[in-house]
Parts: sequence; structure tokens; C-alpha cells
Amino acid sequence: MTALDAHLPALQVVVPLLIAPLVTLLRPRGLAWAAATATSLLTFLIALALAAGALAGETQGYELGAWSRPYGIELDVNSFGAMLLLVLTGGSSFALLAGKPSLDQQIEPGRQPLFLSAWLLVLAGLSGILVSADAFNIFVFMEISSLATYILVGGGPDRRALPAVFKYLMMGTIGATFYLIGVGLIYMMTGTLNLADIQLRIQDVADLRPVLVAAGFITVGLGLKAAVFPLHVWLPNAYTFTPHAGTVFLAACATKVSLYVLLSFDFVVFQQNLMGHEAQFAAFLMPLAVMGILVASAVALFESNIKRLLAFSSVAQVGYMLLGASTVSLLGLTASLAHMFNHALAKGALFLAVMCLAMRLPSLELDDLAGAAKRMPWTMTAFVIGGLSLIGVPGTAGFISKWYLISASMELGGAGWLLVAVIVTGSLMAVAYIWRIVEVAWFRQAGPEQPEIREAPVLMLAVTWVAALGNIYFGLDPSLQIKLAADGARMLLGGLP
Amino acid sequence: MNLLGLYHYWVFAVLLMIGFYAVVAKTNLIKKLIGLSIFQAAVFLLYITMGKISGGTAPILQKDVTDAIFSNPLPQVLILTAIVVGISTTALGLGIVVRIKEEYGSIDEQDIQEIDRQ
Repeated sequence: MTALDAHLPALQVVVPLLIAPLVTLLRPRGLAWAAATATSLLTFLIALALAAGALAGETQGYELGAWSRPYGIELDVNSFGAMLLLVLTGGSSFALLAGKPSLDQQIEPGRQPLFLSAWLLVLAGLSGILVSADAFNIFVFMEISSLATYILVGGGPDRRALPAVFKYLMMGTIGATFYLIGVGLIYMMTGTLNLADIQLRIQDVADLRPVLVAAGFITVGLGLKAAVFPLHVWLPNAYTFTPHAGTVFLAACATKVSLYVLLSFDFVVFQQNLMGHEAQFAAFLMPLAVMGILVASAVALFESNIKRLLAFSSVAQVGYMLLGASTVSLLGLTASLAHMFNHALAKGALFLAVMCLAMRLPSLELDDLAGAAKRMPWTMTAFVIGGLSLIGVPGTAGFISKWYLISASMELGGAGWLLVAVIVTGSLMAVAYIWRIVEVAWFRQAGPEQPEIREAPVLMLAVTWVAALGNIYFGLDPSLQIKLAADGARMLLGGLP
Repeated sequence: MNLLGLYHYWVFAVLLMIGFYAVVAKTNLIKKLIGLSIFQAAVFLLYITMGKISGGTAPILQKDVTDAIFSNPLPQVLILTAIVVGISTTALGLGIVVRIKEEYGSIDEQDIQEIDRQ
């Protein structure tokens, strides 16, 4: 390990955090975008190095200022966190690389540096959540990323973004404050904020009422931030009216990071220490997951705006992730974690393709897509590959996680078959809503009054295709995400290593 | 059981619910934000309360005093951070309300929904 390697967990957060304010100063055209993209790619490299370390089985802890716990603040990157760091920084880099023309189209040049600065703050905040090993620091990073996310969502030209972002701000703040209450109650009972310390000390006070209340507050608060059905109402409008590049970024990572905190708390801190936590967790979250899959998919069937349609599909996908986790088994958690990776690939590719479409089409209503496949064949083909992965067709990344999910459900025995039925129904509904888009784009004739449209800009299209091919690559060779997910699942079930 | 002796916690719970009620029930966006601020302030009280020990003083070493009881300063430091977060959230929220007023000419949730539906 070289000297720099040891500092990687801290650099993951510090680099975007420090460059964010500098980006606001880069007024000349395009410079801010170049700086933000370079920073994002740099964090992606750091995440790759951390993931390589996690694959090699190293524990990558970091003591800020060399103060050890319980006095100092600790960072810790486990396999689960490393996998999500890859998703997060990768999603940000893809969106920025491809997004220049789209940003130019939607945001006037003078405000671009501010928008990109907020973007880097989101990146820093979400990375901070993933590397932090301290309950209160997670709250602070959560708020950094949330506040910046509100700016991203509200940065677009559509005025309907404003009520959407206000709703998001209200619900996001309530979720984070619930989490803060839970952390406060735990601090009251254990006297520490370090997750590893909490895990050790909570045994003595477990099953006292404040700890149970804390578990409730934390689970509900984070459920709100992760858009768990029925707490998802902020998500569809927020995703729909965010500038297209921002949607690619947020849809790939934002809710997954909240799920990371939710799973870390529920499994690492509470699981071994609270009586019957396993049953309560499953009984509380499994019905929500099932309803989320069925209801959100059903709504997606009738949506006419393709961004809103995909946003509702995201709510359903959060359901799949929770369903895996609520089986409380190694296989189920592996499925849940792997689905976070695979879904980010699929949704990333889909929203990238949507961004390409938005460059040329007058609007993203379904009717305006008529004949799009003839004029933008490359874009629509990438869209279909992303869609197949979302459905879970063999040979794509989505298939891997669905396969693991179904295997985990069947382990449960009789009731498991019901879950299998739910998963299959959800996938069939995904076939239906993706097909609606494909049908209009491929088989409906464009009206004569439609302006001539061409393919999206080359760089944008190239990045979209890399993401689409990524779905196929990770579908044929899933060893990377499965290894990280399985390690992460073992860590969650066995406590900290 | 000394219920009144825990009155700090009652204040916390009541304030929390008042704030939450305003967020949920009011349609005026400014009133919602006020509710949100009260909601957050309640949590600040929870943290401050838990650090206090009766008879406890500020954690400063004094000359010739060896048996001083100190209150825990850490929750106050934590809540200082949370207050900053709360102020930023309120400021951003108010900024959004100003933009909504510019675009829609109203700060009432129902009016805005009405306008969007047209």
C-alpha cells in the first residue's frame, strides 16, 4: 500500500467537496463542465481503487486526523459501500460526459457553473454517506447531498419543477429529521455515534423502549428518503422535471444510498441485538415491497410521459431491492445488493437514451415519440437494450438480480412462491410498459407536421451505448457485482468484519 | 413515576407534533416552512436535553475545583451542526417559495395544483 492509497476513503469525499466551490468561479463557456467532468472521473478512479481493495478483502478504514475511536471520526469502506461508490461515481461521470449538449440546451450558460457546483456537492455528500462509519456524520452528509439535490431538481427550465422540489424538500427534511431523532435516542442510550461502537454497546440496552423507538424512527425516516412505497410521492415529479442530465445521475444513485444506510442500520446495528428484529423487519417491509412492485408498475402502465413512466418504474425497483433484503437471508441480501448495481446500469442507460431523445424531440410525451426509431435508430436500440435489462431478459444484467431474487424467494418454501409470483408479475408489467414505448417509436408513423429529426450528438450517443453494452457485459459476466454483493451481504448478516 | 420531571421530553413531543401538523395540514407554503422549522427545533431540544445533568456545569477545568459535575458538551456541538443544516434548509425553502410566487403568482398549494392542471 502506498502512502496515497491509505487516504483514498477521505479523498473520495474531499476531492469533489473542495472543487465544488471552485467550479462556481469558472465562468468561461464550457470550463465549468470540463472541471466537473474531470473531477467526477477522478472520483470514479478512486472508487475503482477502493473496489479493487474491497475485492482483495482489505478493510479500508481511515481515522481522520489519526484520532482513533471513540474520540475520532472514522471512515470505513466495506464491499457494499465500495459497490455503491462505483455506481455513484460511474453514474455521475456518465451523465456529465454525455450531458454537455443537454445542459447547454436546458440551462443558460451563466447558471451552468452554479448547477455543476451543486452537482459536485451531491456527489461529495452521497460519497460521504457511503464511506462514513459515524451515525451523525451520515446525517450531515445526507443533508449536504439533499440540499444540493434540491438545487439540481429545481435547476431546469420547467416551472413545474418548483412545486416538485418544494415537496421533495419537505419530505426529505422530515425523513432526515426522523433519522436524527433515532440517532439521538441511540446516542442517549449508548453514548456513542460510531456504528461499530453502537453495535457493541447496544447489547446492554437492547429491547429498552428508546432503542425500539429509535429503530422505528430510523427505518421510517430512511424509508422516506429511499422512496419506499408508500413514501415515494416526492419521487416521480422530482425525477420528471429535473434537467435530463441530472435525472440520469439521480435515478442511478440517489435512492440506493439511502437504502445503504437503512440496510446498514437495520442489519449491522439492530439485527443481532433486538429480540425478534428479523421478523419485525420482514413483516414491516415485505408487504411494502410487494405493494411497491405491483402498484408502481401498474401506474407506470398508464403514464404518458416517458420520464414519469421510468420514475414510477424506479419506485417498483426499490421494491425489488427491499424484497430481497426482507427475506433476511444471505441469498436474498445478495440479490438485493446486486440489484442496486444492475438497476443503476439499466436505469442509467434508459435515462441516457431519454436524454438523447430530449435533444431532438419537442417533448417527452409518448405521442411525440411516434416514428422516433426511424430517425434515431441508434438511440432507440440502446433504449431497448436498457429496457430488456430492466425487464430481466437473460443475457442482461437485470436477469442476474431477478434470478437471485427468485432463488432467494424459493428458499422460503410455501410462501416464497407467492413472492415469485409477485416478481414475475412485476416483470411482466415491465414488459408491458417498455413495450408501449417501443411500439410507438417503432411502429407508429410520425405525423407529417413533425420537424425533421436526426440522431443525437455523437459523444452523447457513444456514452449511452457504453452504458447499454455494460448491461450486456455485466449480464454475461456478473462476477464483479455478485462478488461485491455477496461480500456485502455477509458483512451485513455477520456484523462488521 | 415522575411524569412532570421529564417535562423537557413533553415539550419535545408536543413541539414535534405541532410542527408536523403544520407541514401536513397547511396549504400555504410559508406556513409549511414554519412548521418544518418548529419540527426541527423540537429535535434540537431533544439533543440539548439529553446532555444536561442536574447540577452539571460547563466542561471547563477550574483551579481548586475537583468535584465539579460536567454536562455533556457533545450533543450541543452536534446540534450546532444540525441548526446550520436547518437554517440552510429554511433558506433554500424560502428561495423556492419566492421562485414559485414569481412563476405562479401564488404561494398556496391548492392554487398551484389548480394552475398546473390547466
